[in-house]
Amino acid sequence: MTIVSDAEDNVDGALPLPRQSFKPPGVMRVALRMWRTRIGLIITAALVFLAFFGRYFAPYGENQGIGVAMQPSDSPKIHEKSLFGSGELGRDIWTRFLYGGRPILISAFLATLLALVLGTIIGLIAAYNRGKLDDVLMRAMDIILAFPQIILALVVIAMFGATNVLIIMAVGVSTTPRIARVVRGSAVSVVERDFVAASEALGEPRWRILKDELLPNITAPLLVEANLRLTFSIGVIAGIAFLGFTADPLSANWGLMIDQHRSGLLGDQPWGTTLPVIAIALLTIGTGLIGDGLSRAAAGVDRQRGDA
Amino acid sequence: MSPSAAATTKSTAASTINAVTIKDLRIVVDSSGEDIVDEVNLAIAPGEVLGLVGESGSGKTTVGLSVLGHARRGVRLAGGSVHIGDSSMLELDDKQLRAARGHLVSYVPQDPSTSLNPALRIETQLMEVMEFHGFGESNEARRERAVEVMGEVLLPGTRQFMRRYPHQLSGGQQQRVGLAMAFACRPSVIVLDEPTTGLDVSTQAHVLTTIRQLTSVHKVAALYVTHDLAVVANLADRVAVMYAGRIVEQGPTRTIFDDPQHPYTRYLTAAAPDISGDHTIVGLRGRAPSPGKRPVGCAFALRCELAIAECHEVFPAVTEVAVGHTVRCYRAGDVPDRTLAKGVQFGSSSTEGIALALRNVCCSYTGLQVVHDIDFEVHQGECVALVGESGSGKTTLSRSIGGLHRDWTGDIILNGSPMERSSRDRPTAQRLSIQYVFQNPYSSLHPRRSVGESVARPLRVAGVGKHEAQRTVGEMLEKVSLNASYAQLYPDQLSGGERQRVAIARSLVSRPSVLICDEVTSALDVLVQAAVIELLLQLQRDLGLAMLFVTHNLPLVRSLAQNVVVMADGKIVEFGPTDHVLAHPTEEYTKRLLADTPSITQALTSGTLASKPRRAISPE
Amino acid sequence: MSNRWGLMKFIGRRLFLGVLTLFIVSIFIFAATQALPSDAAQSVLGRNANPERVAVLREKLGLDKPLLNQYFHWLWGLVRGDPGRSMSNDVPILDFISARVVSSLFLLTLASAISIPLSLLIGAVQARRRDKTFDQISSFSMLALASIPEFVIGVILVITFATVQWKLLPAVAQFGTDRAWQHLDQMVLPTATLVLGAVPYISRVTRAALIEVLDSDYVEMARLKGAPERTVLWRHALPNSLGPVFQVIALNIAYFAGGVIVVEYLFNYPGIGGALKDAVGIRNIPVIQFLVMILATVYVLVNLIADVATILVTPRLRTRVS
Repeated sequence: MTIVSDAEDNVDGALPLPRQSFKPPGVMRVALRMWRTRIGLIITAALVFLAFFGRYFAPYGENQGIGVAMQPSDSPKIHEKSLFGSGELGRDIWTRFLYGGRPILISAFLATLLALVLGTIIGLIAAYNRGKLDDVLMRAMDIILAFPQIILALVVIAMFGATNVLIIMAVGVSTTPRIARVVRGSAVSVVERDFVAASEALGEPRWRILKDELLPNITAPLLVEANLRLTFSIGVIAGIAFLGFTADPLSANWGLMIDQHRSGLLGDQPWGTTLPVIAIALLTIGTGLIGDGLSRAAAGVDRQRGDA
Repeated sequence: MSPSAAATTKSTAASTINAVTIKDLRIVVDSSGEDIVDEVNLAIAPGEVLGLVGESGSGKTTVGLSVLGHARRGVRLAGGSVHIGDSSMLELDDKQLRAARGHLVSYVPQDPSTSLNPALRIETQLMEVMEFHGFGESNEARRERAVEVMGEVLLPGTRQFMRRYPHQLSGGQQQRVGLAMAFACRPSVIVLDEPTTGLDVSTQAHVLTTIRQLTSVHKVAALYVTHDLAVVANLADRVAVMYAGRIVEQGPTRTIFDDPQHPYTRYLTAAAPDISGDHTIVGLRGRAPSPGKRPVGCAFALRCELAIAECHEVFPAVTEVAVGHTVRCYRAGDVPDRTLAKGVQFGSSSTEGIALALRNVCCSYTGLQVVHDIDFEVHQGECVALVGESGSGKTTLSRSIGGLHRDWTGDIILNGSPMERSSRDRPTAQRLSIQYVFQNPYSSLHPRRSVGESVARPLRVAGVGKHEAQRTVGEMLEKVSLNASYAQLYPDQLSGGERQRVAIARSLVSRPSVLICDEVTSALDVLVQAAVIELLLQLQRDLGLAMLFVTHNLPLVRSLAQNVVVMADGKIVEFGPTDHVLAHPTEEYTKRLLADTPSITQALTSGTLASKPRRAISPE
Repeated sequence: MSNRWGLMKFIGRRLFLGVLTLFIVSIFIFAATQALPSDAAQSVLGRNANPERVAVLREKLGLDKPLLNQYFHWLWGLVRGDPGRSMSNDVPILDFISARVVSSLFLLTLASAISIPLSLLIGAVQARRRDKTFDQISSFSMLALASIPEFVIGVILVITFATVQWKLLPAVAQFGTDRAWQHLDQMVLPTATLVLGAVPYISRVTRAALIEVLDSDYVEMARLKGAPERTVLWRHALPNSLGPVFQVIALNIAYFAGGVIVVEYLFNYPGIGGALKDAVGIRNIPVIQFLVMILATVYVLVNLIADVATILVTPRLRTRVS
């Protein structure tokens, strides 16, 4: 069969086959080449480590008293040594701080995961089944959106009490429509593309098309959105705690700490508020930087693929 | 808007011989300095149309925009000069440039649907060009001119029409508004950037006639940028052929088509399908090197079978082979073997068994019936072309056959057994036996799946084991003239032509009996298109496939189909052997379609399409 | 004429959908209160309360009536502007909420009046000077601000401006029975917190919308027609970016509706956010129901207005609905 000339298609490099196989780099890999993503990852990793393992380096027990409440570290009223002084119930601030990150991180992570799973499924179904089902699903999402996130959580807490599972579910459910919208928005243009039709012509079942054809092609915007929602969930979960609603009022929690030690800001013991504020700010800036790197990478990756 | 330098020189422009002169133009990528366009020399006389021909990425649009002193984001006009009359377009300051654009030189963009401002009435958009340039003494004078120029482009100048928004016009009307804006201030030079791409042939024919008339009546020099040789043959006085940022050949239209000197031009003319004249088209694989990857020597040498050692070392200088006919090639005049070869001829009509039959097929779209009572059949080993303009229902029909569009009634019979409406309801054997190749190879391959995985997909559905599938995929890739090692590559790494070959391999890997090709070449450049058509014909003959080739491209049909079905408004207008239908159409619609289709041969023998007297324009 | 009729029909449809959304929201809110482990009367009086007193309160609150009755009674009250009585102190909700609604509205308006023009300006300058120094520096600081939760921004502001070291501004709002606008110094920090939370988000959307318009073919065409830069911006670019900008403003206000809770609590600001927090703390159901309905209504209304405004400035949409 010599129906075409010998000239190779790839004259760009003037090198004949075999070319090296080169899978289009994932958005994560592109993002990791950016310094902002790396810095974000380092900050986030440091704080996650602190939140998860800091408690094993804590000088005192989580609820162990060390003297009179709200004393700076050099106060004679605390009878034990203390790096940052005592908190509102006479417990060691540094110890409370080392204990207080984990509940927020775990809850925020689980809430985002829940929203990611629900939102992706709903968004993909809506994008693939344009028409009635799409309308109904997205309208339902709109109704959830009518509640600002923190308010939905507060309503649930008011009705059923503040348990971890409920808070995670409330934040997760209120995050779902935001992810579903992004997924649907990116997936509708993928649905239009011919490789989806090619799969349909082969009679692939619907779930396979959602999983194999649509999902791999929306990972970039999905990752960006997931990261953004994780950042927001940290804020919402910490905010709920800041308002005083936690599952266990005695256990340490950064959000709650900020609220409990606010009076110290005006006196001479600001650490109870300042430490968790710095931690939450750094943590969210860290995840925000990762998200920014991801979104820049996603924009670049999209351009590279260039739908001609 | 003051009588700037640009405006005063306008009156003297007519006295000089050329309206626009481009000298040693060099345009580069701003960040890297790599050349997009280099050593471009062009001149156009008043009233003359110069066709600037090139494939996508050749830099032709970049040259066109430079005539207006404009470079897109990331692109820099790095050297040379563009003179319009006494104005040096590349040296004007912002204010002088503004005064020149739209007045001295104007631009007609490629896509009118995105180039007209959706938020402004066409009246506003037309009137403002004149306001910017202080054209006409008063608002009334401008309004009069607006009505006049609307007449010149054959649009109604009524108040009611002028108050419409762009989205309320058809594509052809939008492009006429673009022309009206360009001609409003009576410029001396006009740059047209593929203004008829995306228009139906009948609309295209009207727009081309209008352009021809306006340029010759008002003595406007026109630079017509396009990839379509047939349009150039019908419209241009002279042609310049661009390849990889340089002009490789330039001369009078007739000479370029009758006696091309550069191998690239020869390939181009051999690859262009023509409604009359030669049946066969000859393809050439590969693509032009992109900026930054261009070799020191001739950029075409890598694809050229005449290339000699010198070609790879130094870019050939401009040689004048005849008066006004220049070429840049060491082997100018030598004819490459392949263009003399006959290409692949399709076989004669088949009388073997019926592979695909349609009986009373009607398709609906959101409750509205758009395809009515379709009856035709495709025999084994035969190619039937389904031809129609946009909106004729041809794609809806072909998608219904492929089981991608579910809303249809009637019978579609594959090898004797009627098919269910949706591909999901059809038995696996049936699904594999009818395959679909899509229009756009950039969207028909899953970007994150390797070529091997994509091609193996139908085999997986058929339940073929992994090892055997791998072997079959390799064989299939060889069959479409790729290499088995392509299986590891990803679509990103492939050119458009290669992608389409992969898509064809995917459709053939399950040994189908019927292949539906939906505008499979319309996203490809003409040389690659010809190569893909050659491949399809070869495969069809080797495998005894029944093929349904859906297209809007009438000339292409001549090169590949035994029978043709002409569709319009969802109905079959005419059906019969291709040669017969194209030579002796019986239906009025087919006749008109043929008359409106630009042909190179006809343009050279019996006068151009644009110069033919035309019947009155029907309101769109 | 048919055009205008079509437009009215569209607005009508949109309005109907908004009302429908609110109706479903109200069902949710009401249904949620029914799911309480103990009913409202019990939870007010405590678990060990005298059963007779619980029964009396039940009757008083209408809890002995069928559910559907209770729902429509409540809904009808809302429509008439009578959300009922607070459970904790047995006064009409409106009596102590209306002043708070006014205070919150004042805070929201003030924050919107600053943040909307500010974000539009920043977004526009970023879009015009894309990838230049201002764009890079501002988008980086915006990124940091966008990531940090609002109440943390608030606390940082307090630490910076209202603690012993630099006591420039009051850390809490304390205006008793005065109106909010009589104590503008106390408004500074709450407003600044809301503004700092919203600006990065909105300027980013604005930047993206403007860049899309500035990169469009019709803007290039306008320049190639010789349009002065001013005309390019005001006539060709601006009208096409209004639609997205309206959506952005709606987004902004909806965003405040959530942020107002933590910010009011942080600054002890006497608005509905603080009231909602308190009501949740003591399970004051009628107050929660009422406040959530108010916030949902604000959200639906603002989106409705933004949608209609978008239609009005977009000829393609405006003429299509007819």
